[in-house]
Amino acid sequence: MSFEPKIIGILCNWCSYTGADLAGTARMKYPANMRSVRVMCSGRVDPGFIFDALAHGADGVLICGCHPGDCHYVEGNYKCMRRIPLTQRLLQDMGIDPRRLRLEWVSASEGGRFQKIVTEFTEEIRALGPLKLRDMKFDMNRPDRYSLMAEAGDTVHTY
Amino acid sequence: MVKVTIDGLEIEVEEETTILKAARQLGITIPALCYNELIEPYAVCRLCVVELQRGQRTRLVTACNYPLRESVVIRTNSERVQRLRRMNIELLMARAPGAKIIQDLAAEMGIERTRFPLEDSDEKCILCGLCVQACSDVVQAYALGFSERGSKRVIGPPYDTTPETCILCGACAYFCPTGHIKMTDTDGRILHSELTLGPNAAITLPFRQAIPNVPRVNPDYCIHMKTGGCELCVKVCQKEAINFTELAQDSFEEFEVGAVIMATGFQDFDPTPMKLYGYGVLPNVLTSDEFERMNNAASPTGGRIVMENGEEPRSIAILHCIGSRDEHYHKYCSRVCCMYELNFAHLVNVKTSAEVYQLYIDMRSFGKGYEEFYQRILDEGVNVIRGKGAEVVPAYQKRRGEGGLLVCCEDTLIGKYREIPVDMVVLCTALEARADAAEIGRKFNISTGADGWFIEAHPKLAPVSTTTEGIFLAGVCQGAKDIPDSVAQGAAAAAQVMKMFCQGELLMDGAYAEIVEDICSGCRICNGLCPYNAITYDIEKKVSAVNPAMCKACGTCVAACPSGAITGRHFTDEQIYAQIEGILA
Amino acid sequence: MTKPKLAVYWAASCGGCDIAILDIEEKILAVADFFDLAFWPCVADFKYKDVAALDDGAITLTLFNGAIRNDENFAIAELLRRKSVVLCAFGSCASDGGIPGMANFYERQTIFDYVYGKSPSTVNPDKVYPQPLTKVPEGEIYIPAMWDTVWTLPQVVDVDYVIPGCPPQSDQIAAVVGAVIDILKNGKPLPPKGTVLGATDKSCCDECLRQRDVKKIKKFVRPFEIIPDPDLCLMEQGILCVGPATRGGCGAKCVAAGMPCRGCYGLPANIRDQGAKMVSALASVIDSTDPEEIGRIMAAIPDPLGTFYRFTLADSLLRRAQV
Repeated sequence: MSFEPKIIGILCNWCSYTGADLAGTARMKYPANMRSVRVMCSGRVDPGFIFDALAHGADGVLICGCHPGDCHYVEGNYKCMRRIPLTQRLLQDMGIDPRRLRLEWVSASEGGRFQKIVTEFTEEIRALGPLKLRDMKFDMNRPDRYSLMAEAGDTVHTY
Repeated sequence: MVKVTIDGLEIEVEEETTILKAARQLGITIPALCYNELIEPYAVCRLCVVELQRGQRTRLVTACNYPLRESVVIRTNSERVQRLRRMNIELLMARAPGAKIIQDLAAEMGIERTRFPLEDSDEKCILCGLCVQACSDVVQAYALGFSERGSKRVIGPPYDTTPETCILCGACAYFCPTGHIKMTDTDGRILHSELTLGPNAAITLPFRQAIPNVPRVNPDYCIHMKTGGCELCVKVCQKEAINFTELAQDSFEEFEVGAVIMATGFQDFDPTPMKLYGYGVLPNVLTSDEFERMNNAASPTGGRIVMENGEEPRSIAILHCIGSRDEHYHKYCSRVCCMYELNFAHLVNVKTSAEVYQLYIDMRSFGKGYEEFYQRILDEGVNVIRGKGAEVVPAYQKRRGEGGLLVCCEDTLIGKYREIPVDMVVLCTALEARADAAEIGRKFNISTGADGWFIEAHPKLAPVSTTTEGIFLAGVCQGAKDIPDSVAQGAAAAAQVMKMFCQGELLMDGAYAEIVEDICSGCRICNGLCPYNAITYDIEKKVSAVNPAMCKACGTCVAACPSGAITGRHFTDEQIYAQIEGILA
Repeated sequence: MTKPKLAVYWAASCGGCDIAILDIEEKILAVADFFDLAFWPCVADFKYKDVAALDDGAITLTLFNGAIRNDENFAIAELLRRKSVVLCAFGSCASDGGIPGMANFYERQTIFDYVYGKSPSTVNPDKVYPQPLTKVPEGEIYIPAMWDTVWTLPQVVDVDYVIPGCPPQSDQIAAVVGAVIDILKNGKPLPPKGTVLGATDKSCCDECLRQRDVKKIKKFVRPFEIIPDPDLCLMEQGILCVGPATRGGCGAKCVAAGMPCRGCYGLPANIRDQGAKMVSALASVIDSTDPEEIGRIMAAIPDPLGTFYRFTLADSLLRRAQV
């Protein structure tokens, strides 16, 4: 089966979510890979959301906010704009391709742009392949357990 | 009161009245060059000499500064007076041969030439000192004075330099009786000597049909507001209507208000950068605003439509969508232009016999009665061409007879390129957001869109509200619209305010940020983030707090709070994490 | 009456936590008096088999310090969990991974290559690497196998309480120990499971005496680059201080001495990821809206990952670096 990326989109209520809505009402098709989470403003986006999404199996995260200067809350999008590059740097240092996180500006009237961005981003993530994170959960039955000790006494141990 | 006889006529005047004033009351003219009733008489030209008889004794006095204190007999035109006056005028002629007023006075007295040697033939100054007195006593700028003495005596600024104290008011030029002092261009500033009191009268009517139609003092030109002197207007206004103690002080008033309606309007798009239309370069290329002004009955042309040479144009092209619906300038439609352009065409038809060409992209006659008006204009015989005006150029030789300008366009309905010769071009410029809209928006915590217009709370459901509670929008500041729409929006904004006031309490959105005092450590990271200033810091408790009435629930502070003390109601961390994990589960 | 049993263990840690317990001065006598020491390898020779021989739940309190990074750590963690009534993750290594947790930036092989090969003080031409099983004349020796990933104690076994800090401050330890003795002596109820002991609910800033204002950062500096104003918030002076996203309880001693908080008390109660929160908070107060300038300002942060996750990488949302 071909790889279908899982993408989390965090959309601001006033521009991007409305833009996505417009894409929908205009019957514009875009890949179903992106599932959206609505926040009031892109300024609400905590890098923790991004890490959490990636840790829980997302292959990419798309953040959309109002165009700079157009923020419904005056300048929330600027705060988001400042957080994302640093978050991408952390991802890079963590060995995760920073392209898996993307910040885009989509206004309420840009249904077409929203469609284009989601399509492009999905294809980009598809090309990057699945994000396989190792050791996200401790395996109680790991093969290299130190099993010989407690039961066998401390014959081989010299404390 | 004293009773005096002047040239055989009796008059009763108040004590201390000068002979000159008393004579003028009787209608007797006494020549006087250096006299101005606004200035303390200096009696230097000596032309106003009169013969004064007290009892048997007669003597010659200057009428301008001789105060009447007792009953005397005055002769203003006796042989002795005339002889002396002629002598004085001859001396003045020699002193200032270039002054026309002296030549005229001399001619009146039958003198053609002076017997005395002439000074410089262009000299006009008679050293009367009116200018010096005007500058020091009236204007209080003290920029002029006498220097040297005897035959070398001159008037001018100290050391013949441009004095810093000179405010360019022009009072010296106004008072100068011989026209010796002139206002000239300096640094590109045009200073009109013929206007009263300097470059622009400080007291004018704002415009012809101003309401209230009363003069106003313009602080940019008022001498009193610059030097503290002058106040001539106060002295001459018999109704005592001018009060500088109230007028002179600009003051900032603070009002506590419950609501603000923003109705800051728009500015006109400046077509200068669109070189193809030749605005500011070619003659008779006007903006719609200028054309409208010309059509106004109160305009300099009195409402007549004329070209720069004063003649009536034979043809006018009206170009739609200049700066509107244009990728390079404003993508939006300015909405009002189509209809006012049709109105222009109608005005031209009514006022002149000129041919009118309308060059449009789409005719948007969308409102009530608008389409009917369009039909009427078509019936009036206006040439309506579907195609945007591409270029305006001066007409070349062959076509100059038909008009001074050529408008190039593609007539898309017949699919042909056309050059239309016209005498006048009207560029219908876009409405654009005011240059300072973003700055004003920041002051009121409302945002501007990509086009610069203020953004309403919701384009359909809250078209007059903003995201800041209590601030409403009306008119073009929110987006291009015509008068009926502006009036409707203004009324709606007023109604919103009334609704707010009548309720007496404010309805709040359920979503807002809260700071848990027990967790907040007062790091103050959130303090500068709130665009609505809803976050305050309690220095005593060392914690920050959100005022829920001001919070708009954007959540920026929630995301930024490093200790997790801020909760965004309805968008809590738990909720968002649960959504993300739920989607991915 | 038999005394309640106390166990203290160090897994992947530096030993500072054990020292910190001894640092509580004369109160250690009360501990020795009240408890019967069941297991404390740092101070006395105990055998694993003796612990294994105890009944399950025989140990009243175990203070477990150190992260879990090999099978021995894990086995003892499981063992002590089984034998203890109350298991405390003691210190930041046990609770958040701590400094050993930063090994999660690398693969085990990378670490081995460096430590047993490339490090300047190592001469190892034959490339001798530690092996789990080694044959010696007396028989086979087993050395616990090091894992790729460092885990925190709560990630591998059920933990009752957490006492954070690197190391936990002595006064806090003394207070906790005193409280435990009081609870056990007088039969008082235990605090709810999962409680963080020996720390506050607020962040480090609460205890910091430096003056704070609205923050606007134009430039980040490293502590050696400036002489910081002794009375002003370090972050406002451009120094990266993780205090705002770090649990309080330490008394803000580092910041008082002019060094920025490094985050050893771990993340405050309401947040999930210390580093993400620091990124969010710091980026928010950068004073610029120009992407290029923002980039320049942020480029002055030399090692964001190591700075923001110095103690909590193993406990973070992303756990470890991917290769």
